[in-house]
Amino acid sequence: MASRGKGAIVGVDVGGTFTDLVLLSPDGRVQLAKVPSTMDNQAFGVLDALDAAGADLPRVDLVVHGTTTTTNAVLERKLARTGLITTQGFRDVLELGRRTRPQPYGMTGRFSPIIPRDLRLEVPERLLADGSVRTPLDEHAVEAAGRALLTRGCEAVVVHFLHAYANPAHELRAGEILRRFWPNDHITLGHALLSESREFERGVTAAVNASVQPLLERYIARLTQELAARGYGGDVLVMNGNGGMVSAARVSREAAKTVMSGPASGVMAAAYTGRRAGIHDLLTYDMGGTSTDVALIRGAQPAVSNEIELEYAMPIHVPMVDVRTIGAGGGSIARVNDAGLLEVGPQSAGADPGPICYGKGGEAPTISDANLLLGRLKPPVGDGDDKAMRAHVEAIFAEMLGRPLGLDAIGAAEAVIRVANTKMAGAIRMVSLSLGADPRDFALFAFGGAGPLHASALARELGVPRVLVPCRPGITNALGCVVADLRHDYVRTFNRPLDGLDEAEIHRAFTEQIAAGEAEIGRESIALDGIRHIHSVDMQFIGQTHLLRVGLDTATPSRAQLQQLFERAYWRRFHVELPEIRANLVNINTSVIGLRPPLDLSTLIDPAERRRALGDALRETRPVRFEGAWFDTPIYWRDHLPLEMEIRGPAIIEQMDTTILIEPGDLARGDDEGNIIVEIKGAQP
Amino acid sequence: MIDPITLSVIQAGLQQVCDEMDLAFSRAAFSPVIAEADDRSDGIYAANDGSLIAQGARGLPVFVGTMQYSTRTLIEMIRAGKVAEPQPDDIYIVNDPYLGGTHLMDVRFARPFYRDGKIWCWLSNTGHWPDTGGMVPGGFSASATAAEQEGLRLPPVRLFKQGKLDREIYAIICSNIRVADQRIGDVQAQAAALKVGEARLNALLDRYGDDTVAQAITELRQRAARQMRSFIRQIPEGEYRGVAYVDSDGVVNEPLVIDLTITREGDTLRFDFSRSSPPCQGPMNSVLATTLSSVYLAMRHIFPEVPISAGAFEPLHVIRPEGTFLDAQYPRPVSGCAAEVSQRIAEAVFAALVEALPDRVTAAPAGTSGNFALGGFDPDRGRNYVMYQISGGGYGGNADHDGLTNGCSTIGISKAPPVEIMEQQFPVLYRHYALREGSGGAGTHRGGFGLDYEVELLRGEARASFVMDHGRFGPQGVLGGRDGAPNIVEVWQDGQLHVPEHLSKEQDIPLRPGDRVRVQTPGGGGYGKPEKRARSLIDEDLRLGRYTKEQIRRDFGVDP
Repeated sequence: MASRGKGAIVGVDVGGTFTDLVLLSPDGRVQLAKVPSTMDNQAFGVLDALDAAGADLPRVDLVVHGTTTTTNAVLERKLARTGLITTQGFRDVLELGRRTRPQPYGMTGRFSPIIPRDLRLEVPERLLADGSVRTPLDEHAVEAAGRALLTRGCEAVVVHFLHAYANPAHELRAGEILRRFWPNDHITLGHALLSESREFERGVTAAVNASVQPLLERYIARLTQELAARGYGGDVLVMNGNGGMVSAARVSREAAKTVMSGPASGVMAAAYTGRRAGIHDLLTYDMGGTSTDVALIRGAQPAVSNEIELEYAMPIHVPMVDVRTIGAGGGSIARVNDAGLLEVGPQSAGADPGPICYGKGGEAPTISDANLLLGRLKPPVGDGDDKAMRAHVEAIFAEMLGRPLGLDAIGAAEAVIRVANTKMAGAIRMVSLSLGADPRDFALFAFGGAGPLHASALARELGVPRVLVPCRPGITNALGCVVADLRHDYVRTFNRPLDGLDEAEIHRAFTEQIAAGEAEIGRESIALDGIRHIHSVDMQFIGQTHLLRVGLDTATPSRAQLQQLFERAYWRRFHVELPEIRANLVNINTSVIGLRPPLDLSTLIDPAERRRALGDALRETRPVRFEGAWFDTPIYWRDHLPLEMEIRGPAIIEQMDTTILIEPGDLARGDDEGNIIVEIKGAQP
Repeated sequence: MIDPITLSVIQAGLQQVCDEMDLAFSRAAFSPVIAEADDRSDGIYAANDGSLIAQGARGLPVFVGTMQYSTRTLIEMIRAGKVAEPQPDDIYIVNDPYLGGTHLMDVRFARPFYRDGKIWCWLSNTGHWPDTGGMVPGGFSASATAAEQEGLRLPPVRLFKQGKLDREIYAIICSNIRVADQRIGDVQAQAAALKVGEARLNALLDRYGDDTVAQAITELRQRAARQMRSFIRQIPEGEYRGVAYVDSDGVVNEPLVIDLTITREGDTLRFDFSRSSPPCQGPMNSVLATTLSSVYLAMRHIFPEVPISAGAFEPLHVIRPEGTFLDAQYPRPVSGCAAEVSQRIAEAVFAALVEALPDRVTAAPAGTSGNFALGGFDPDRGRNYVMYQISGGGYGGNADHDGLTNGCSTIGISKAPPVEIMEQQFPVLYRHYALREGSGGAGTHRGGFGLDYEVELLRGEARASFVMDHGRFGPQGVLGGRDGAPNIVEVWQDGQLHVPEHLSKEQDIPLRPGDRVRVQTPGGGGYGKPEKRARSLIDEDLRLGRYTKEQIRRDFGVDP
């Protein structure tokens, strides 16, 4: 394993609005940068961020990159022209989906498939469910279809045959035929990414992969070229949606895995920060302008799902950090409905025009505006006329919300925050429950621009005893890039009753997965501290369709052990015992993780800036509204806080990238990693 | 008077109690119809009259109105001494359609929720069991003529007594249903969901106080009513008529008419079905609870903003359609009511209101659940099986866009099973599974397209049954739009084509290996005049092979 490890490490995350960067020098110095993203070519934003951080590229060892290239491409359908070659009779599978509708009520809604109908071609071939051949592959038809797709301007192609998970021979053969004349490597075989039954889900996953592959490849090529031109001689690693990294040279082969790249980095940073702070079970809460991402970390490991649905009827079934999005952010709009009830979201003022207090012409009351009226946020516009802005926001709140609710503007603002917090807390509770976890057993990890402003209230609502606010909540995703490990995930489907299974076969499967992962990691030239394996099994009672994941601390479990662990997990989740019914072992999973050397996070805030005494970090005192009363509230500057300190709420801590609200009675203290941990009054641990 | 903010908070809290029950039920269930298709619903109902307090957001829409009637009937029967008094930790089971239900397969559990030793409310749920006995596996008979042929009918009895499953009652149930060995998992899941609800509701009451929550419930009900009334005022005063047809009842091959007049009077709507067909011989009768629920779910499709609560239904006055097939009395067979007749009722509501609310109401959707059951013996595996295929169809066009292709039934939200899973489990081969070209009704915004699939039996003998609809009449187009294509069922027996006499309904059609069944589901109705459709959209439809040139010429009146 080649290790240079003498130069700097750069983590850079391209988000929808900003490109964030963390640069760690070998001497422990940290540079941060936040620049506007350049969506037409994200590489420019990355270069701007490197400039802003004063990066000396020849002396940088490693650039790790989180990207939204593929996410945006799918959501905006700005995809490479892609064709599909599929089993005769089944070209519409990608368009028909699973027969649903976007929402339970309302008979409207639309869906546009990833690959349009005129680029979906059929060839004679048919396998049965056991993998046997009913109709042999018509090789001439494959060639003709491939050539037709090229004529129609396709750049990438998917081969997706029914039951290829059971027997990939036809897909492999079709791939060989296409490779003879297809002008590039953009050929995705359906079974290669996901070898499981369910033709719609497997087909969409493959189609997403193929249609973002050329875009990702071009982007990575441009970026590495630009970096090389500036003297960078190291590797570029790209963050995958599973929270592990993979080298730029290989990332586009499985491009679909990068679809959750950005959110996954944030969760990885949270897991890392929590592990170093000794808090291993976290709910991550990333609140931005239009939406909020929530994920679960157990035992310092983020929950990973193989069944992410990116949007309506867009399942991407490769292992990705299970990040769920809630439609509430700082820009969520509040209104009073026809029943006279206050509603917040899901409509959002977005970034443009944004909340009223942005001064860009927004006229709809939002969560951010409510925070402004309550003294929690300062107006972001720096033209000095805070008073006029406040008055403007206040007038709108009084008219649009206060009047119908019978409240004044301040009362309306408090109401907006309360309703928004209830809604977010409810959504977080549902996310954690659907992952089989009780939120009260977790700490809340607050990040994103708005997360630390709401976290304490949410924690109280959820019964969560502690909130962890990292040093740099606003650049957590970029931090995730520098702390993430290398990671490769393997799934092998057994789907057989546990009783009849050969234990040796299970053990052999785990051994093979370990070997494959270690081989992959051996090919990367990254300094590592060691290699870890995580094993789990997915089980169910025979006859069920949902799975329960059961973690293992051994790669050689006995059948009796598996049965017992499963029954225990089932009881914990449902309080149901079913001695009458036997268990099924569905999947065997291994993640092989290359551990990166540890980083000291406390230097994310320049130690030289820190003051000795808490009082020296005080900036001002201003009235802030809590629980229906104004409190003279001290406002501290985060960078000036002593590492060891205690603040009893009410208090506000401001910093470049966020605002932390400490509510009356809560206790905030600093730890030696530079985190702030807030103990929530009234939440029972 | 409770402040509006606490009100919003409690509203969200009650909703989450129900959503958590839904989640627990689906996750722990065994039957794919519950676990995958979410054919279930959980809610909270008032202690005095069973009226709906809150219901899970992802519950099956057709249960939105039925469960309060089921709970109300149970409360009345307890008061009248017809059913045993509850004890804490008891759970009643009931599936009698005439006691506030749908069809026999929808089994309701009801659990009294106690505070300080008194019943504070009821927690109830409904789950669709894969079988409850009767003449046809799965219960969807196309030609039953009495309730007894449709399955085991359970009056309300306490299946759980103070937390313990009554093994004697359970044994009777298991002796009367098919594939009984796995039902224990579903029974436990259905009970566990109510237990989850109890824990969460207790937490909510502890947090905000019993009186405050009770006040909030009253207030929320009033507000939901007010909200519904304000929407109703958007409809110009007057009478609106909508007519929908059920192909036939499965026994007598004549259409059944749903003739609905809606009258807007002040801020209420009156629904009069009295001119509809009389009770029918076959299983297309609807029990009152299902008829009411169908009206409610249709209104909720039109006004999804109004939260699900008894208050939302208050301004909707449905005159009891006595003497019609929409108020079925024992022993009229009813197995088609929840899946098919309910959708025709919703369609009549849409048809009546589309001119008054052209921005909110769509043209008619495919409106059939597409139940196709295949029961047989698989010689390779040496066992009997029952296979279900449900299918979607096109949605109606609307003011904003074309109808969705292959959407689920109006009264459901369930997913169809993948072809690969079906072929793994049953001795069948799908020859195609495709978009049904040309099926979307022409319009300014055309209907969505139906599904076209064909299944071949590979081995063993089997019998096919269909309970579908819209075979005789396609889903209606509106405001000048054309109707969507009707449902077509074709059975190829030994190379000979057989078309069911009732088009969309027939049971026990014998099949042998190599025989095939082809189903083409309805397309949605078109919205607005086809001549006004944008040329670019017509060109796209043509390029994508959705219509032929002839169809475009004929149905859209333009030269392609």
